[in-house]
Amino acid sequence: MSTYNPSNPLVRWIDHRLPMFSFMNEHLTDYPTPKNLNYFWNFGSLAGIILVVMIASGITLAMHYTAHVDYAFNSVERIMRDVNFGWMIRYIHMNGAHLFFVVVFIHIFRGLYYGSYKAPREILWMLGVAILLAMMATAFMGYVLPWGQMSFWGATVITNLFSAIPLVGEDIVIWLWGAFSVDNATLNRFFALHYLMPFVIVGLVVLHLVALHRFGSNNPIGIDVKKGSQDTIPFHPYYTIKDTFGLGVFLLVFAGLVFFAPNYLGHADNYIEANPLVTPALIVPEWYFLPFYAILRAIPDKLGGVIAMFGSIAVLFILPWLDRSPVRSATYRPLFKLFFWILVLDCILLGYVGAMPAEGIWVLLGQVGTAYYFAHFLIILPLLSKLETPKPLPTSISKPVTGGAAPAAAPAE
Amino acid sequence: MAENAQTGDGGETRRDFLHLATAAMGAVGVGAVAWPFIDQMNPAKDVLALATIEVNISAIQEGQAITVSWRGKPVFIRHRTADEIEEARTVDLDDLPDPQADGDRVTKENFLILVGVCTHLGCIPLGQKTGDVKGEFGGWFCPCHGSHYDTSGRIRKGPAPANLPVPEYEFVDDTTVRLG
Ligand code: HEM
Ligand code: FES
Repeated sequence: MSTYNPSNPLVRWIDHRLPMFSFMNEHLTDYPTPKNLNYFWNFGSLAGIILVVMIASGITLAMHYTAHVDYAFNSVERIMRDVNFGWMIRYIHMNGAHLFFVVVFIHIFRGLYYGSYKAPREILWMLGVAILLAMMATAFMGYVLPWGQMSFWGATVITNLFSAIPLVGEDIVIWLWGAFSVDNATLNRFFALHYLMPFVIVGLVVLHLVALHRFGSNNPIGIDVKKGSQDTIPFHPYYTIKDTFGLGVFLLVFAGLVFFAPNYLGHADNYIEANPLVTPALIVPEWYFLPFYAILRAIPDKLGGVIAMFGSIAVLFILPWLDRSPVRSATYRPLFKLFFWILVLDCILLGYVGAMPAEGIWVLLGQVGTAYYFAHFLIILPLLSKLETPKPLPTSISKPVTGGAAPAAAPAE
Repeated sequence: MAENAQTGDGGETRRDFLHLATAAMGAVGVGAVAWPFIDQMNPAKDVLALATIEVNISAIQEGQAITVSWRGKPVFIRHRTADEIEEARTVDLDDLPDPQADGDRVTKENFLILVGVCTHLGCIPLGQKTGDVKGEFGGWFCPCHGSHYDTSGRIRKGPAPANLPVPEYEFVDDTTVRLG
């Protein structure tokens, strides 16, 4: 917050005309940040870095890729075998997509645990959900590009979701395809949109950051910090170094996947070229879609399943208005904390069910898991906001709760 | 400002009208330009110029089935056994999610011809090959989300909302069928 006064005359000259140095100073150097952020706060900057990696590797792949049903599969195989370092760039792009979702899911559950979606950060949270949706669309269309069996049948199943819309559904699906089945027209437009979407995500991320810097980061205690007080420290060097350390750990995992287990998270079936006349015995989406896929299959009705699947994201949009408790952090909400962990287990269960055939016990488990997922957001959270007695909150990060004497919690304003 | 606009009677209404008219004109213009950009995604003329095909069915033995590709989709042609026909005929129509009599789905009752695309989300059901799972009703089983079709290709159980569709076809002679 100190007034910015660069010593270098050239910097001062430029900054007077284009205030980019003072902007960077305000948002990356002096920026006051709660002093108690734990490692769960690393995942936002990590997600941003992966987005850059995805764009860089994607544009280089696009220099060698051919979006045509007769050539797409072979052009990807050519990238793998003939293009210099093509295998590495493709494995970076493939595994980058997987880790992008790992990082963003952790980032989201961090927000759920510490109540980061609550006032005044509702729009920040909703922009995050919009980014998740855009990422899902991007990854779905990217997965179609190599034109393997899973590409083709994944595209078929997901585009057919729209046929559940009453009256106009069939026409919408044909419009999406540009043909009467997933075909060359579909592949072409998916490539165009797969190229576009990451830049839409960049735009959303910028808005996400503008909203973030309006009130600053939430923190593990979940109370408001006063800017410039004992509770904050400047972003640089404290969090630049912490984020860089986290990046190093992340890159170890990333490199481990790319170089030692590049296909571990994918499906072998996608190395078989697409065949419109043969559906693979078990169609399984990429792991990051599995919980949503389980919700889709849990409802034994086409339209109902589709509504439930989109509804599972829609509840996240309205979450700030479902959880009315004024206390943010789960640390001070014993019951909320318990249900949070049940929700985590429920999502893992749904993910597991999504990978299993839709038969026998899996159908039932999928239905129970789906019911619980919606109950958590629509019933449990609203009730908890009324019934739960939170633990006493500290008045600042520096001062611990004054033992014993504290009355019922003073809600965070 | 308001005074400037007040030319004679009711200047404010006149300005409001101009705003509205401009906005409306703009909306019509945007709409008119948007449509070509939306419609370009619909199937192009070459895609619409669809072919008809003729299939020789003389080699299909009773109990066997073949799959042919028509308009980018698989078409199932099944030579049904007497038992299968019997089963398809005797089922109570009230038990069906998408009621349709077997007689309305075939021209020759021993040859069942269907578009082999699951009406749920478009997978291709199993049941064409002898070793395939045929589902609980002896017709087809869609492995994607567990839809069971009977020996008339009608949906009996699972998430699919409708029967497997019957394509347009006619028998050119006893052994040849023309699709489309
Ligand atoms: C949000 C960022 C992005 C995500 C999540 C993403 C995701 C994906 C995924 C999952 C695949 C399939 C990988 C495979 O199985 O082979 C893929 C392929 C591809 N992507 Fe992206 N992508 C992103 C950004 C980009 C960008 C900016 C471009 C630039 C044009 C691009 C170009 C490509 C190309 C050419 C392929 C096909 C080659 C291949 O399959 O490896 N991607 N993408
Ligand atoms: S596509 Fe056949 S059951 Fe879903």
